[in-house]
Amino acid sequence: MEWIRQKLDKFKEPFGKGEKFEKYAPAINALDTFLYTPNHTTQKGAHVRDAVDLKRTMITVVLALVPALIFGMWNGGYQYLHQLPEYADGVPFMEAFMHGAWKILPMIAVSYGVGLGIEFAFAIFRGHEVNEGYLVTGLLIPMIMPIDIPLWMVAISVVFAVVIGKEAFGGTGMNILNPALTARAFAFFAYPTYMSGNKVWVSEAYNVDGVSGETILGSLASGNDVAYSAMDMFSGIIPGSIAETSTICVLAGALLLVLTKVGSWRIILSSFIGAAVMALIFNALPNMGIEGNALTNFPWYQHLIVGGLSFGIVFMATDPVSAAQTLKGKWIYGFLIGFFAVMIRIFNPAYPEGIMLAILLMNVFAPAIDHYVIQANINRRKKRAVSASGQIKTAV
Amino acid sequence: MSKDIRIKRGLTLRLKGEAEKQVVEAPRSKTYAIKPPDFHSVVPKMALKEGATVLAGDVLFSSKYDENLTFTSPVSGTLKEIKRAEKRRIIEVIVDADPKDSFKDFGKMNATSATAEAVKNRIFESGCGAFLNQRPYDIVASPEDTPKAIFISTVSTAPLSADFGFVLKDKVAAFQEGVNALQKLTSGKVHLSVDDSSEAILKGITGVELHKVSGPHPAGNVGIQIHKIDPINMGERVWAVGAEDVAIIGNVFLTGQYHADRTIALTGSEAKDHKYYKIKIGANSSDLIGQVSDDVRIISGDVLTGTKLSNNQYIGFYNNTLTLIPEGNKYRMFGWLPFTYNNIHSVSRTSLSWMFPKKKYALTTNLNGEERALVVTGEMEEVLPMDIFPMQLLKACIAGDIEKMENLGIYEVAPEDFALIDYVNTSKLEAQEIIRLGLDLMITEVG
Repeated sequence: MEWIRQKLDKFKEPFGKGEKFEKYAPAINALDTFLYTPNHTTQKGAHVRDAVDLKRTMITVVLALVPALIFGMWNGGYQYLHQLPEYADGVPFMEAFMHGAWKILPMIAVSYGVGLGIEFAFAIFRGHEVNEGYLVTGLLIPMIMPIDIPLWMVAISVVFAVVIGKEAFGGTGMNILNPALTARAFAFFAYPTYMSGNKVWVSEAYNVDGVSGETILGSLASGNDVAYSAMDMFSGIIPGSIAETSTICVLAGALLLVLTKVGSWRIILSSFIGAAVMALIFNALPNMGIEGNALTNFPWYQHLIVGGLSFGIVFMATDPVSAAQTLKGKWIYGFLIGFFAVMIRIFNPAYPEGIMLAILLMNVFAPAIDHYVIQANINRRKKRAVSASGQIKTAV
Repeated sequence: MSKDIRIKRGLTLRLKGEAEKQVVEAPRSKTYAIKPPDFHSVVPKMALKEGATVLAGDVLFSSKYDENLTFTSPVSGTLKEIKRAEKRRIIEVIVDADPKDSFKDFGKMNATSATAEAVKNRIFESGCGAFLNQRPYDIVASPEDTPKAIFISTVSTAPLSADFGFVLKDKVAAFQEGVNALQKLTSGKVHLSVDDSSEAILKGITGVELHKVSGPHPAGNVGIQIHKIDPINMGERVWAVGAEDVAIIGNVFLTGQYHADRTIALTGSEAKDHKYYKIKIGANSSDLIGQVSDDVRIISGDVLTGTKLSNNQYIGFYNNTLTLIPEGNKYRMFGWLPFTYNNIHSVSRTSLSWMFPKKKYALTTNLNGEERALVVTGEMEEVLPMDIFPMQLLKACIAGDIEKMENLGIYEVAPEDFALIDYVNTSKLEAQEIIRLGLDLMITEVG
């Protein structure tokens, strides 16, 4: 394998310090460090360092996304094909998977292509190394889109998310909003006909008569009955955005995130608690003499497994940059995300799924939550200083 | 009175190459050096010219801004060279040692019966003032100050660091006299913290408040103990003294001479004779370990806070450990893949090394990645057992926001307390350097 290294070193020569293409070094370094962990040694501070780096952390999240992605590809095909008369006897796995993959892989390619292009450009422009955060964002964006969304809309959403949502704030680690949800929110408000309604959630539902494409939350919001069992919602064989439907696949990813400590279990747990509490409050309405409607009476545990709630909680609410950063703050932040997500679902039928807006809302408030948690620490310190100086005075 | 301190958060890094409990007299070096960079923020003013003869205890240089803060020669001989770096900054004051030391006579003094002023003068004129470390700011103490308390930590939790229970076992009498002297310097108490090993020999020490400390690193850091025992508020000063340094101070009073005796643990996976060696402060590292190749890093101190040495360079003033570990200047293919390269220790669960908590590692100096933006949260808090928000404090230091730094507790921290944050953080942030620069900013702005 030594020859690859030698070839790379030779190739990198013109990008070295003081050489012709020095400016473009971040781009070439990004590719190099993808192949090899560099030979950099510690120059100051501690002489030994932990094996973990940001690449490893981000790749772990990508791994956690894989079950939901593969399921999403199959489900994308299945939701369409099983409604066709010629597949009344069942849909072959590969056929469904290929149909979905054919739609989804180009979206992933566009998302990574456009997003990484912008990231590289900014890295060269600003003269810092390329951060790995987009490896996750770039995969998340297609996974939360409707399956038939045109590729150019994906591209524009990515541009908006990366440039306005992230780089405008100073790049990775500085953004206030989760970039993937920024992309989805942009698409949602810019192209509502492609992002909502009862025609977009199943492949080809627009073009083929007789194929219905309504989500469970969509039909609940319009007061219709739900044709799916709780098991369908849990396994995810229901219409929806590409990879968010399967609670079981999302939980598999959550397990990896929590075991590796990459995702905050506090945020995940408190979000589910928050959602359950809100749903239970609405479920209790009939006992208080208020009739409620299909959404308020939807059982609380089904609120947790339907729609994008679990996907949003596990993969977006836990984004450490846009979440609260203090331990106490994480509990509050998570709880309110779940709480508001279900509230938005029930109160506003125009947004059948509330998790996107709930997370974006709490992203904005996360610094405020942290501020109060930290202020408590500061007050404790000030109080101690005051009592210490008081003691000295009385001693004198 | 004893108050136990149990630390929960932190990390005990298990490395290969612990020193055996055996003391050997090291061969005497031909040259010794006192290095001004060891004394952060001190601007040296030379007292002698090259070629002058010195006794052990003669002043080599003093602080430019405080003549009473002196730094004395650990051995007798001739002042060989004043080595300078860029801008004529003095980096080494090298003494050509006599085969046998002759000492400057300060005269014996009973620290218990002497006046506080006499004790203080003796400590600073003999060069022992350099052993007094002032918190906040982690700098050499000023002779003008009277600290509210003095702290001595004999707890060694840093990776491969010298065991003070072993180092001090023949120095208990000198240690007691050192404590007696230190008592005169403070208006408050002298706090002595011990672990299992040092408790056995130091439990009879009088005139101190004894604290039994247990838990993972950085439990042994004096800064953590101060935070738990008597935290520093704005405007307050406390002093910290190294464990063996107390005995050196004590010896000045018992013998009237400055015996700069240091017991150093030679450790690390690349070291050959893992033992304790008796040396004088400022000894040449190569006399102990010979010439080593470029593949080995010599660290004066432990792997978290030590300074890098080249061949023929001198051991640091305060260090009780000399560590040799392999350099890590090698590429690793696909090093970012989770659950691979489990032979490199990691706190993160993205490596399987957490499954083997008892395993000892031979870590290299590879950075294991590149510096990135701060993304991951919550990991720094895991290794800083203080009521302080480390990431927020680091960000305040980077921004140079003095009010925020004060509010978040800059007075209570020293760079060494952030050493484990250097180690664990995913973004490869140089936390110790940032804290050092933050403290320097506080010194210039607040003083």
